[in-house]
Order: sequence, then structure tokens, then C-alpha cells
Amino acid sequence: MSFDLDTVGLMDYDQAIETFDPVMGLEVHVELGTATKMFCACPTDFGGEPNTHVCPVCLALPGAMPAVNRLAVEYAIKIGLALNCEIAEWCRFARKNYFYPDMPKNFQTSQYDEPIAFNGYLDVDVDGEIVRIEIERAHMEEDTGKSLHVGGATGRIHGAEYSLLDYNRAGVPLVEIVTKPIIGTKAAAPAVARAYVGALRDLLLSLGVSDVRMDQGSLRCDVNLSLTPAGNPVFGTRTETKNVNSLRSVERAARYEVTRQAAILAAGGTIKQETRHFEEQSGTTRAGRSKETAEDYRYFPEPDLVPIAPAREWVEELRATLPELPWIRRARLQADWGFTDPEMRDLLAAGGIDLVAETVAAGATPAEAKSWWSAYLGQKANAAGQSLTELPITPVQVAEVVALVNSGALNAKLARQVIDGVLAGEGDPAAVVAARGLAVVSDDSALQQAVDDALAAAPDVADRIRSGKVQAVGAVVGAVMKATRGQADAARVRELVFTTLGVDPEA
Amino acid sequence: MSSPSSSSASSSSTDLTRMTAADLATRIHSGEVSSVEVAQAHLDRIGAVDGDVHAFLHVSGESALSQAAAVDAARANGDTLGPLAGVPLALKDVLVQKGVPTTAGSKILEGWLPPYDATVTTKLIEAGIVILGKTNMDEFAMGSSTENSAYGPTRNPWDLDRIPGGSGGGSAAALAAFEAPLAIGTDTGGSIRQPASVTGTVGAKPTYGGVSRYGVIALASSLDQVGPCARTVLDTALLHEVIAGHDPRDSTSIPQPVPQVVAAVRRGQNEDLSGVRIGVVKQLHSDAYQSGVLSSFDQAVEKFTALGAEIVEVDCPHFEAALAAYYLILPSECSSNLARFDAMRYGLRVGDTGGASAEEVMMATRGAGFGPEVKRRIILGAYALSAGYYDAYYGSAQKVRTLIRQDFEKAYLAADVLISPASPVTAFPIGEKVNDPMAMYLNDLATIPGSLAGIPAMSVPSGLAADTGLPVGLQIMGPALGEEQMYRVAAAFEAAYVAEHGGVVADSAPALATAEVTR
Repeated sequence: MSFDLDTVGLMDYDQAIETFDPVMGLEVHVELGTATKMFCACPTDFGGEPNTHVCPVCLALPGAMPAVNRLAVEYAIKIGLALNCEIAEWCRFARKNYFYPDMPKNFQTSQYDEPIAFNGYLDVDVDGEIVRIEIERAHMEEDTGKSLHVGGATGRIHGAEYSLLDYNRAGVPLVEIVTKPIIGTKAAAPAVARAYVGALRDLLLSLGVSDVRMDQGSLRCDVNLSLTPAGNPVFGTRTETKNVNSLRSVERAARYEVTRQAAILAAGGTIKQETRHFEEQSGTTRAGRSKETAEDYRYFPEPDLVPIAPAREWVEELRATLPELPWIRRARLQADWGFTDPEMRDLLAAGGIDLVAETVAAGATPAEAKSWWSAYLGQKANAAGQSLTELPITPVQVAEVVALVNSGALNAKLARQVIDGVLAGEGDPAAVVAARGLAVVSDDSALQQAVDDALAAAPDVADRIRSGKVQAVGAVVGAVMKATRGQADAARVRELVFTTLGVDPEA
Repeated sequence: MSSPSSSSASSSSTDLTRMTAADLATRIHSGEVSSVEVAQAHLDRIGAVDGDVHAFLHVSGESALSQAAAVDAARANGDTLGPLAGVPLALKDVLVQKGVPTTAGSKILEGWLPPYDATVTTKLIEAGIVILGKTNMDEFAMGSSTENSAYGPTRNPWDLDRIPGGSGGGSAAALAAFEAPLAIGTDTGGSIRQPASVTGTVGAKPTYGGVSRYGVIALASSLDQVGPCARTVLDTALLHEVIAGHDPRDSTSIPQPVPQVVAAVRRGQNEDLSGVRIGVVKQLHSDAYQSGVLSSFDQAVEKFTALGAEIVEVDCPHFEAALAAYYLILPSECSSNLARFDAMRYGLRVGDTGGASAEEVMMATRGAGFGPEVKRRIILGAYALSAGYYDAYYGSAQKVRTLIRQDFEKAYLAADVLISPASPVTAFPIGEKVNDPMAMYLNDLATIPGSLAGIPAMSVPSGLAADTGLPVGLQIMGPALGEEQMYRVAAAFEAAYVAEHGGVVADSAPALATAEVTR
């Protein structure tokens, strides 16, 4: 009996969650940001003409031998420490043997049963609730090369006329971070998966060990998911979904698998243990390699490398260099700044935490900094389809504009024009002010003339103010602002009007 | 001493090919002869005899002469020359040399030109040693007779109908045929020592990690070791010091200073062995050994006693399991090491008809490019590593390996070096064992325990067997990093032999004058 989607369809998500509990396991591959590869001195730069970042070692020429990149080990230890893992006192690489053209040695040098880091956890904020994700292990391995299958309809190896091989990526250092089974998250499972990968990405970025670009493949997530009848402690058969290239895709892929598997199980079918590929366009997964007959990788300890035994002193030195973890830093900043949870969350979602922190460091108050980044600059970024960090303006420049406003040199409207100028590439705020002639008119004699002119042009209004209708001052101020093309300080104009007419507005 | 193939050695003192490397170096350095003359004499000798011996797979005549000329120019310039500068050498075809065909004796690498030098190759070239060419070997160093070479067997200069040992039969035969005074071998389970034994030459396997393996086409990574070969212990020691030392490109190489084996040889030549304890391994002295081999060994023991050494018997019970463990570990590692020969990047490509998949081309190429012994070991290894069998095979073999190491450690509490025959038999006829893998494997009975333990071990000729008249090798095994005491004992033994016979064993090898050879 076939359980194609054609026959059973998808189950409604809420119904699926009522019937089944999802169990997830997340495997994240991180390309480390070392300058050289895991076992040779070739550069790791993304791109480059095919087969230009290669040598006898990463091409697996006869006789070539690997030598471990110490910095890659250091990065792996840092990742382990940041994930609250134990760091192995002694561990080895193993060989994972299988034939594939883009893997030069036809085995992958990877840690197997002796990972460098194990038994950790990551606390993840899922919509305000902290969920602890337990980490099974973080281990080191090398990346493969890339195959380009030419001809044929699908771009896959089957049906291709020929394939091109690029070994530039072969041997780039990877750390694979594997969670323990994530259970009990029920309906939130997809959101938990997304939040975990997002938190991991923030963490890795703050550690400086990777550029964590999901779009370039330097952070890749495999979503393992199975369903078990609600309340049943025995795990079901899982699928492993690959090609999940964004945080949103992590969530969508998990959600899709829940609805797909639930439909099959509810129809009395069984889940095939297999690799599936996430389709970004449709948000669906499609079957890949079947894993029903488990592959035998004939693992054994890599005899060309000596064991890695990181000295405890070294591990402690690395622990001391760990930066403040992103969520701890955020909690500290929130307390310092006095922002509410929703304010903080919005700012985080917009990627503005660091920008506000740097703007505050440059002299603005947290409220001023947040106001600029989340309001005016947020609109600008949205309009441009950019993220806040991509806007061509620095926190220091924003702080300068704030300072100009506080000194009275700019008013709010002018300040926005100065920001526009900076965004347009006209230079620093001071340069924009000078070039556009945007300074508030603070010369009292010039302002006095404008006030006198305005009062002379509206003697009836002047009379009303004299008679105590102080709110009529607005019309005069408006006229002065118009005459000065907005460059006057409205408060000062107001004062001058009252002084000129000999009226005390407080009286 | 009678030998079916012996003939009087035609060693005129002016025949450059009969001289030791040490002697040649002295003459080259003094200007008595040029390096070019020495290289040319050896190339001529190769031209004259290698049609019969087939020690070489590739002769680098031009580059050898230009290397030699560079040494002569350096000497004329007054540059300081290394101790072996200008002396020719035969390089086993398992070490890569940039731009020189390197096949490891396999069809799958036919025509491949390495784009880089092995660390040992670099050290040889930097030392001014002249590389004459690449020597024949069993395919990927799997064998004990050189009959597994895809390019035809090498013949033993002592009797051209017999095998020269293996896998490094080409290097050993080149020495015994006076085609080169120095050679490089590699030893995984005896591939330096057994060929040395059956050709009457000297070969040393250093402590595992003593010499860089970078650029050595891997058979079994945890066992492979590069080593020096020559006709005398001193020449072997001189070459040992050139190639040894830590290499950051091989992380299994030992970060230790180069052992002072030349000084140890001088000491052995000049002093007796009083105070030295020599252990005879009980398990390596049995009826599995040819009687002529055992009697030569027993005479060697007497010689040591005469030299003042104390002889002790040591018991290494786990050696009985050594061969079994070795033939699980080696195939396991080689099944993985040889996976890279897949037609994708270099070497042979078969079946690329346009319609075939990459997988089909890989299978066709490996099917056509590997010989039967290589396939046998790949299959054995893949099986031993497979899920469900790993613990029983690979895992158990590693435990045996630990026990053998412990046997050695215990033995070295009682003895400074251990001795045994290097090979259970003298050279056997070509074709005799080629279809009987188990019989072939037994050739390494005495050498495998030392390989599993990673200790240094060498074969020094102990004379000619009374029953066959063919050379017998004495194995001397030192503790890990114990190269100096090993060489000292070897040199003392060789000096005693020379005092008695007027020359080393290789000096009595047949002259192989081409006119007289009727093949």
C-alpha cells in the first residue's frame, strides 16, 4: 500500500498535534571561519575559481597526509564550552568510509565515538519562555567538495549528462552540533527548532568562530523529526530533512513533516526512514536517499593522525576568553536600558540590539537611540528592503545627530533631513548640515527680524496675543518657521514673540 | 661456503659499483672521482644487468646525472657537502618524486606524475644524494616476493630464478646486483627486512614515526615506516641519519632528535659487546624456520657470545597471534587507504564511455587496475571493519597488538636488544608460493611482531645457509627509539663477520656479468 501524498494528503496541523507528539533532533553543521582548511594550509574562502584552493592533501593525492589545524580545534573547544559541554581530555578522529566523487579520499575524516565536546545544553527563548535544548555532542569533521551535475532535468546526479567537481570546499573545517531528542514541545516544536537554530547562530557569531551564513552554507541544519502517538514514550521512525537554508525554513520544514507524517500514520501507514529535501518554493519536503538499509560506514580510528588531548590549562584559557553570551548580554542591556520585553523583542527581531548599544556608547540615551533605530531608520530599512545593519549609517553618526538635536542646533524635522543626507552618502552629519545649510537659525537678530515681519504682517494676531490669547502665538511661530524654511528653533521663536509683545505667557 | 649460484666476485678496486657508499662519498669529497662518474658507472651497471634483474621500474638517467653534476659543481665551489653527497640511491616506487613516474607497482597509477616530493625525497635531494630511479615492488607493498608487481617480478641477483623478497624486492636486488650502493625501502610487516635477508643486504625499519611518511603511498598507516637499505651497516646508518627526523606534515612522526646511529656503528665496529644483553625470542625459533636459517642463526648467537654479550632467552607468548592480528589490521587500513584510487582525479580510468555513471567508472577502474592480492586485502579489510564484525576482528586485533607491545616491553627489561632470524626461509623459487597466499604471508612471521609494536628492527646478513647456499638475515630488534643500541650490535656483528670472511656477505654475490648470464 502506498502512502503518497496523493492518497492521504496532509493532516491539519492542530489536529496532528492533538494526535501525535513530535520528537525532533537537530543537527547543525557550522563551517569554521579559520583561514585554512582542517588538515592542510589551503584557504577556506568562499567562491574562487573551481579547484584553485587545493593541494596534495585535500585532493587526496597518493602519499599525502593530514595535519590538524590547531585553530579549528580551538574553535571547536570554544563552541563546546559555550554550549556548556564537557571537553574531552583525549579524543580521536575516525574515518567514515563511503565512495562519492566529491569526497577525494573516499572517506571523510570525522570524529565518531570520541567527540571533542559532549553533554551540554543551550537555553533558548521561545516567545518569552526559556526552553532548554540538550546537546548530545559537538564534533569536528571536514567538508566535502561540490558536484555540479550538468544536463538532465533536476540538477541531480541521476539523469545528468556529466558532472563537474570542485574541491575548493573539500577539507574546510566543520563542527557538527547534535541535540539530544527534543521532546515535549508539542505544538511549539517548529518554533522551538527555529529558536534553537537562531540562538545557536547568535552564539556562534558572538564567539567569532564562523560567519554563520545559512545562504552560503556556512551554517546548515538537518531536521530529524518523528511522531509518536500522544503520550507514548516510544519514538517513531524519523525522517532527516536536509537543504534547510534559513531560520524560516527550519520552522516550515518541521511543520510540514508533522502534517505529512501525521497523515500517513493516521491512514495506518508507516514512515520510511529516509533523507528528505526541503523545497524552499513550495515549503514541502521530498524524498531523497532511502535509509532503510542502514549504510555501513566502516568507521575506524584515523591512523594518520595522533589523538587530540587538549591540555586542561588551554581549555580554561579558552573558557576565560568566551564573550558574554548573547542572551545574558541582552538581559543585562535590557535592565540597563529599562526597555520592556516587547520593546526588546522588537528590537532584537529587527537586528537592532548592537546598533542601539553602540549608539548609546557614542553618547545617546537608550530611548533616543531606540527611537531612531526602530522608528525612522526602521522605516527606511523596510522601504529599502534592507536590514538595519545594512543601512549606510553608523551608530556614531546617529549619536551625532542626537547630540545636535540636544544642543538645539537641529530640530526633529531637520534631524531627519540630516539622517537622509547621511543615508544618501553625503558624509557625516556635520557635513550634511553644512552642505544642506540645515542648521537651526539660532542668531536672535535674524530671528527677531523674522518675528517682527510676521507680527507686522498679522497685526490682528498680535492684538489677540497681547489680549491674553497666548495660544494664538502658534500662527506667528508657524509663519516664522515658514519664512526660515524650518530652520528656526520653534521654542526660541515663541519666546521672542512674547518678549517682543511684552506678554508673559505664564501670567 | 658452497652456493649454487655463487661466482667469484670480480671486485677490482676501481669498480665504482663495488664500493660502499661511505667509500664513494670519501672519494667524491676528496675529488678522486666525480659524482657524475659514479652516477654514470651505476647507470651503466643498470643498463648491463637490469634486463635480467628488473630491480627498476623507472631509471632517471638524465636527472641523476644533472643531480650529480650539481654536487660536483658544489664541491668545486668549495661548498660544504653532506656525508653522502654525490652517492647514488635507488628509491622504492612507493615514495613520490615530483615529475617522476610513481606507480607503487600498480597499473592503477600507470603514467601518473606526482606534482610533489615526499619529505624523504626532499631530504635525499637536499643531502645531494643522486636518485637513480624507482625500484620495483609488490603492488602497493602487498607481498613478500615482488611477484605481485603489476610490472613483472624482480629476480634475486644470487639466483635469478628466485625471488628477491618483498615488497621491497627491487631496492634489495638493486643493492645485491651492485646497481646502487644505497636504497630506500618501506616496511609494513617486513618489506625492508625480509628482502634484505634473502639478498644478503642490510635493511632497517626505524621506530614507527622515526621517518616521515608524507609522500609515501600508504598501505597500512599505523604500520608503514620508511627505512634505509645498503650493503653495509655503516652505509645504512649514514642513510638513516639523512632521512630521519620529525616532520610537521606527518603528525605521527616523533618529535625527537635524529638518533646518532653513525656514532653507534663506529662504537660497534671498535668495541666488543661486553655488558650488552641480547635476547633470543623463544617464539621466533621453531620448526617453522628452515634448518639452514636456524643453523646460521645459532652460529650468530655463538658469535655474540664470543663478542662478550650476555645471551638470554625471552618469552613473548602473544607473538603466536601476531600474524592473525596483522592480517586484520593491515587489510582494514589498506581498504580505506586505497579507496582514493577511483579514476576521478588521477591515474587509470576505465569504462568512461560517456554513458557510464561515476560509480560504474570507479568500479570498472578498480576492477581493472588492482591486482588479485590488492583486491583480496581490500575485501578482507572491508569485511573486518563492517558493522557487527568490527569488535570481533579489528577490535580484537588491536587488543592483540597491545599484548604484543607488552611482551616486548617485558622482554626489554631482560635484554637490550632482541634477535631472531629475519626470514624463516632463504630465497625461494619464483612461482613457488604465488598462488598460496597463506604460505606467502608466513614469510613475515619473524618481522611482523616488531611492526605491530612499532619498535626499530633491522636485518643484517649472518652468512649463507648451509642447506641452500643462499643468504640468511639476522634480525636485531631494539626497544622504541633504541636505534643506537640496535645499530651498535649490528655493526659489532658485521665487523666480526668481515674479520672472519674478509668482506660482507654481499661482496660474495654473483657478479652477474651480462655476457655470462644466459637467460
